[in-house]
Amino acid sequence: MKDVIVRAEGLRKAYGSGTGRVEVLGGLDLTLHQGEVLALLGPNGAGKTTTVRILSTLLAPDAGTATVAGLDVVRDAHRVRRLVSLTGQQVALDLKQTGLENLTMIARLARTPRREVRGRVAELLDAVGLTDVAGRRVDTYSGGMRRRLDLAAGLVARPRVLFLDEPSTGLDPRSRRSLWDLVRDVVAGGTSLFLTTQYLEEADELADRIALIDGGRVAAEGTADQLKRQVGQARVELDLADPAAALRVRTALAVAGSGDGSLVSVPTDGSVAHVRELLARVEATGVVPASWALREPTLDDVFLTLTGHAAATTQTEEKAA
Amino acid sequence: MSALATYPSSPAGTVRDALSDTATMVGRSVRLATRDVDSMITAAVLPVVILLMFTFVFGGAIHVGVGYVQYATPGIILLCAGFGAANTAMAVEQDMSGGMVDRLRSLPMTSWTFVLGHVVASLAKTLMTTAILFGVAVAIGFRPTAGLLGWLGAVGLLLLFVHAIAWAAAFTGLMVRSPDAASGFSFGVMFLPYVSSAFVPVHTMPTWLRGFAEHQPVTPLIEAVRGLLVPGSPGAVTGDRLGSTALLAVVWCLGIALVFAVGAGLAFRRRR
Ligand SMILES: Nc1ncnc2c1ncn2[C@@H]1O[C@H](COP(=O)(O)OP(=O)(O)OP(=O)(O)O)[C@@H](O)[C@H]1O
Ligand SMILES: [Mg+2]
Repeated sequence: MKDVIVRAEGLRKAYGSGTGRVEVLGGLDLTLHQGEVLALLGPNGAGKTTTVRILSTLLAPDAGTATVAGLDVVRDAHRVRRLVSLTGQQVALDLKQTGLENLTMIARLARTPRREVRGRVAELLDAVGLTDVAGRRVDTYSGGMRRRLDLAAGLVARPRVLFLDEPSTGLDPRSRRSLWDLVRDVVAGGTSLFLTTQYLEEADELADRIALIDGGRVAAEGTADQLKRQVGQARVELDLADPAAALRVRTALAVAGSGDGSLVSVPTDGSVAHVRELLARVEATGVVPASWALREPTLDDVFLTLTGHAAATTQTEEKAA
Repeated sequence: MSALATYPSSPAGTVRDALSDTATMVGRSVRLATRDVDSMITAAVLPVVILLMFTFVFGGAIHVGVGYVQYATPGIILLCAGFGAANTAMAVEQDMSGGMVDRLRSLPMTSWTFVLGHVVASLAKTLMTTAILFGVAVAIGFRPTAGLLGWLGAVGLLLLFVHAIAWAAAFTGLMVRSPDAASGFSFGVMFLPYVSSAFVPVHTMPTWLRGFAEHQPVTPLIEAVRGLLVPGSPGAVTGDRLGSTALLAVVWCLGIALVFAVGAGLAFRRRR
C-alpha cells in the first residue's frame, strides 16, 4: 500500500448552537493515499463540502484530527496550505479581471518563483484551453469556461493534494468529459486527488476508491466495482400492459414474480448480447411492452442498498456562509 | 505532462513575501474598483452634486458670515470619503460571500493582506474623487488661503480620516452577511458629518444635539481642516486652539483606525 497523504480520524462538526444545532459530521474517518483518487459520494447536505473545507484548512473541526502529509490541518495550517489546493463548489474568480489576470494573481500568491509566473500561467491557460480568451474579462466567459479557469487556478500552485468540490456541476456532457480528461492528466502528474460528487458516474470515471458519506460518517468504501457488486448490476425494466402479461414475461425470463403488478425488472450485465437475448425472450412470449429501458445503478440504488434508506437530501440546502 | 507535475515544497514565508502579497492584493483591489464603472462614477459625481446643491440651493439660506462654499467644502470632502468607503464595505462583503476568500485562504499567502489591499485601494480611490471635488469647489469659488504647512496639515488630516473610515468599512464588510447590510455602512458615515459643524455651525442646533455634535470626531476634524486651509474664516479654529483641535482630530482618527483594524483582524479569523 502506498503512503497515506491525507488522513482524517473521527472528524466531528456541527453548525449553529442550542436548538438550531445541526451535527453534520459525526465521526468521519478517511484516508487518501499518495497518487490516488478518492471520491466522496453523497447527496445534498451530506457534509461533503464541510469535509473538504476542514481538510483544506478553511474550517476547524469540533473534534477529531486530520493531517496532510503528516501535518495537522489546524496546528500546521500554514504549512498544509503549501501542499494543498482547493477548487470549491462555487467558482471563485474575479469577474472583473481577465482570465490572465486572475491566474497571474493566484500564481503570485501561491509563491510561484517570480520568473516562472508568466510561463506557468501560459502553460495552464493552454492546458484548460483558454489561451484564446485569456485577455477577456471573466464576466464574458460561459459557465463551462469559468469552471475550467477555476480549476486552472487550483492547479497553479502544483499542489500535492488537490481538492475538487463537485467539479462538474453545471457542465454539459462534453465539457464534463474534457474536465475529466484534464483531471486525469493532473493525477498522472503525481497529484493526489480528493473529489466530491453526487454522481456515481463521475466517481466511476475518475476514482480509484469511493467513499459513501451518510449521516456524517463513511457508510461504505471501496472501488467502484466493489460498490456496484454490492448494489447489483444494471437492469432491464419492462412496463407491461397488465399483470397477466407481466406474469408471462416473468416466467419466460425466469425472474421471481414479486411485486409490482405490471412492472418487470431483470438484472443484466449490460452487454449487447445479454440485453438482446432478454428482449428476444420477451418478444417470443408475444407480449408487447408499453415501454422498456436499460437502467444503470444510480446513486439512489447505491444508497438504498448500502445505507438502507434513500438518498434524500438530508437537510434543506443552504448556501454556506 | 510537466505542466501538471508538482512543485517541491517551498521555504517558509518572509517579510518579502508579505510585501509581495500586499502589492498583489492592492493591485487587485484597485483594478476591480476602477472597473466597477458605475460605482466609480457615483463616487466621483455624487459629492460634486452635493457640493453644488449645498452651495447654490441651501447656501443662500444658511448664514455663516462668509460665502457658503468656503464654509462647506471641507465637510463635503469628508462626505466624499464616506462614499468611497461604502463601496469598500461592499467589495469586502462580496469577497467574503462569493468564495474568493476561501480560495485566498487556502493559499500560503499572508492572509491579512487581503483586507489591507481593500483599504489601500479605498484610499487611492478616495484621493482621486477628492481631487475632482476639490477642483470643482475651486471653480465655484472655494479659496483656500493656506501656506505650505497649512496644506500639508490639512491633507494629512484628511488622509488620516479617510484611512480610518476605510478600516471601519473593511470591518463592516467582514461582519455583515449581505450586500444590503454592507451598503448600510454609507448611512452611518454620512450621518456623522451632517451632525457636526461641517454644514451648519453647532450653536444653531438644539442643545441635546449640540452635545453630541461637539464631541464627535468629525467636528474637531472639520474645524482643524478649516483652520489650516482657510485660516480666520468662520468655523475655523485659530492660534493655540488650532494645535489642540488638530491633535484631538489626529487622536480620533488613529483611535478609530486602530480599533477597526484590530476588529477586522479578529473578524477575519473568526469567519474561519
Ligand atoms: N455555515 C453554515 N452554517 C450552518 N449550517 C451549515 C453551514 N454550512 C453548511 N451547513 C449545513 O451543513 C449541512 C452539510 O452541508 P455541506 O455543504 O457540507 O453539504 P454538501 O454535502 O456539500 O452538500 P451539497 O451537495 O449540497 O453541496 C447542510 O445541512 C448545510 O445546511
Ligand atoms: Mg457541497
